[in-house]
Amino acid sequence: MQTDVKSKIGTALGVAVILAWCLLPVVWIISLSFKSQAAVTNGSPGFFPSDGGGAGWQNYKDVLHNGQFKHAIVNSIGISLIATLLSVIIATLAAYAIARLEFKGKKFVLTTALVIAMFPVVSLVGPLFDMWRTFHLYDTWLGLIIPYMSFTLPLAIWTLSAFFREIPWEMEQAAQVDGATAWQAFRKVIVPLAAPGVFTAAILTFFFAWNDFVFGISLTSTERARPIPAALSFFVGQDPFNRPASLLAAGAVVATVPIVVLVLFFQRKIVAGLTAGAVKG
Amino acid sequence: MAAIEMKNIVKKYGDGFPAVNDVSIDVADGEFMILVGPSGCGKSTLLRMIVGLEDITSGDMIIGGNRVNDLAPRDRNLSMVFQNYALYPHLTVYENIAFPLRLAKMSNKEIDEKVRDASKTLDLDEHLQRKPGNLSGGQRQRVAMGRAIVREAKAFLFDEPLSNLDAKLRGQMRTEIARLQKRLGITTVYVTHDQTEAMTLGDRVAVMKRGVLQQLASPRELYEQPVNLFVAGFIGSPPMNFLPATVEGDQVTLPFGTFSIPSAKAEKTAGKGLLMAGIRPEHFEDVSVIQSGNVDTSRTFRAHIDVREWLGDQQYAYVPYEAEAEVQAQLKELAREADSDSLRTQLVVSLDSDSKVTEDDDATLFIDTDKMHLFDPSTGENLTVGL
Amino acid sequence: MSTTYIQNAAPEQSPAVDSDRSRAENSLARKLVAPALVLMLLVTAFPMLRALYLSMFDYSLTAPDDKEFVGFQNYVTALTDWLFWRDTFTTVFIMIVTVAFELVIGFAFAMVMHKVIFARGVIRTSILIPYGVITVVSGFAWQFAFSYQNGFVNSWLPFIDTDFNWFAERNSSLIAIMASEIWKTTPFMSLLLLAGLAQVSNDMLEAARVDGATWWQRLYKVILPNMRAAIMVAVLFRALDAYRIFDNIFVMTAGANKTESISFLTYRQVIEQFQLGIGSALSVLLFLSVLVIAFLIVKLFKVDLADARQEN
Repeated sequence: MQTDVKSKIGTALGVAVILAWCLLPVVWIISLSFKSQAAVTNGSPGFFPSDGGGAGWQNYKDVLHNGQFKHAIVNSIGISLIATLLSVIIATLAAYAIARLEFKGKKFVLTTALVIAMFPVVSLVGPLFDMWRTFHLYDTWLGLIIPYMSFTLPLAIWTLSAFFREIPWEMEQAAQVDGATAWQAFRKVIVPLAAPGVFTAAILTFFFAWNDFVFGISLTSTERARPIPAALSFFVGQDPFNRPASLLAAGAVVATVPIVVLVLFFQRKIVAGLTAGAVKG
Repeated sequence: MAAIEMKNIVKKYGDGFPAVNDVSIDVADGEFMILVGPSGCGKSTLLRMIVGLEDITSGDMIIGGNRVNDLAPRDRNLSMVFQNYALYPHLTVYENIAFPLRLAKMSNKEIDEKVRDASKTLDLDEHLQRKPGNLSGGQRQRVAMGRAIVREAKAFLFDEPLSNLDAKLRGQMRTEIARLQKRLGITTVYVTHDQTEAMTLGDRVAVMKRGVLQQLASPRELYEQPVNLFVAGFIGSPPMNFLPATVEGDQVTLPFGTFSIPSAKAEKTAGKGLLMAGIRPEHFEDVSVIQSGNVDTSRTFRAHIDVREWLGDQQYAYVPYEAEAEVQAQLKELAREADSDSLRTQLVVSLDSDSKVTEDDDATLFIDTDKMHLFDPSTGENLTVGL
Repeated sequence: MSTTYIQNAAPEQSPAVDSDRSRAENSLARKLVAPALVLMLLVTAFPMLRALYLSMFDYSLTAPDDKEFVGFQNYVTALTDWLFWRDTFTTVFIMIVTVAFELVIGFAFAMVMHKVIFARGVIRTSILIPYGVITVVSGFAWQFAFSYQNGFVNSWLPFIDTDFNWFAERNSSLIAIMASEIWKTTPFMSLLLLAGLAQVSNDMLEAARVDGATWWQRLYKVILPNMRAAIMVAVLFRALDAYRIFDNIFVMTAGANKTESISFLTYRQVIEQFQLGIGSALSVLLFLSVLVIAFLIVKLFKVDLADARQEN
């Protein structure tokens, strides 16, 4: 059938466009990271490194030997992991209550979560900056972990309660009839069934923490706690029009690798989590 | 094993609506009790109160002589098969069946013995290491049964266990459940909306409507001596025919003519004005196929056959008739209460398969008024019960 | 006789009281929810109240001892300053343009992904990469791509001089900023729409075909109305997200050439100039404007979140 062929060609074209859309800027930044410093300073327009303008792995070596950058990597990994772990534990408890139990104030919790999900983070920067300095949380890991947790909780609760709601009620009731206590029913039936959901929430939380920029630049001042995105922006001076582009690009690639690895491994779960959280809920 | 006594059980929800209203049922030790009724009649709620998944608003639930109102489900030692089976998808069939035993902290050897025993009974041996997700509907159903029988529970509870199976499998599983219950001799309460299941499985059947128990009796008694219009209409397929009737002397006047009825029935109903007569389809017959030859002609009438359905062993014929708006409205209401629909006032008659009646033609039919019931249309009460 | 017949037993009148079970459920639920609630409020409600308080003062960290109560003066200052309105306009402009582009492109992507049978995994993995890339990195990548010294955009686009400087003036700077924003968030949009698309049943589309609907008619009369909830939720979330735009501007122009967003203005007052008084007033205004936008979108498009969550 002719329409069939047409629609197949259309789909194939669409796929090509999507792939180009998603990968082109990534390939571009990788290509940039292989341009030499000299070539960049003199100006080297074009997608790929020009003849003689390549730097090999030099930019990567420079980045990985840079103390600031190494600290930032450690900070980002540490802060994001701790925030993710704590946030998911707390969100699991709350989501279970929301999905499974009838209680007064459920609406209030859901509304709070929704408002916080939409909260303009910048508007908190001022008062938090002030408060954190008073509590000596300014420029510490904890000073970032706390806001990361608060702002990932809505997404995590949202996603997890969607997962919990999909577990049939009967499952828990059957366990109770079979002789399980409420805790046993939770641990032996609900937790194993919700594990994929918990995992999805964890990945989404990690993404948020890893991606954060506003808190990163506002609540830190030194490499003690400064995470990667902030470090990249402060890498070499603040003049946005004259940066060591290729060095930055190498740093950006390094900072992106962990995320790409996560995406590659857990693509299916992330998609499920994103859409469950926002559409099916 | 234990008897289950329900005394004046009431369940009210937050809005004050009684989902179950003052229901008292005694289930004897080893008895197979059916709870049946249209959707929303409170049968499932009642079952869930027995097992402890719903609070009891008032009344006493006594299992094996102990009042269990305040016991958690796990302390009641009952086993239940859920409508959607509620198998644990992360556990194998073996572990699903073993689940209650593991919770009871039995030794591995004991568990293995019991699980293998149950799986043999239910023909699940070859599936033990599979996950429920890979099983067919019938197999899942058997696993759910396995989980119920593996434990020495005081009673089995079934919540519409066959409603997710296709018709053929449902028939097979029905027989299987009956056989299993007979063998184990365990007290069983079984909820269904399917009156065939109710009639075939139960020692006794409790018919409920809107939270109120209508009649508690053996299947035969329910069928032959329904106490009210609702039970009469709900039990039996195709359902009992309801016709407007008046009784004068020992004669009953129906839309098709006037017939004589037994004097005992006539005595109770004569002169009471407009009544509702109920007569089952099989209590009609085509006169031309009646062998005995001595047909009581005072009980025959000419009828116009509209549609005929030939089923092999019998056939149904449909005879439309005109009725007053008031009667029509009541018939509609009756049908609605029993979860069905009545589109037109018509008589359904079940004829011998040899009958040669044709569609859109007249036939002479015999009506067995001995088997006729007469109901008070305002209360629904059967005035001729036991006669 | 074993027959029992109860005729319309009068319902007993007893008030429905909370049973032990529901009371226990209540208290358990509160215990489970408490940590999350406390944490969420600690970092939002409390600082927000503090911002309300501080916004009433002329208060600067460079001269903390000169803290002086000024009432609503900070709000008056902000609201009468053309800078505030210019930046608000810039923000709304970016929000509308990016969301519109994301919606159209995202929908096209979703349609393609919905149809694709082969290589589903590859496409879904690729589409998640922009979502996973740090916004700051996306900002860098696009800044360098648009750079006339080191980028490729000028040489690839027709009608553009190879030495055109995108970051020399406002409009072209905004285009670069929005390119980065749209690139990064369209995949997210398309995944949300894909989920909505999956809920439109195939039977319905086939019925529409049998009824004689063309491709466009199926799109407009069957697919879109049935995806309404999904589209509206996606628009709501993305619009509020776009209104908070900060990272890309910070990285790509640092607010130069009047490309400042309202978030950026607030940030600059608080963190760079330590003006906590006026900064707090801006924070409160920013929060209020987000509420207004959320309210407008919900009312205007009649978004039913409960419906989208399939709770009713």
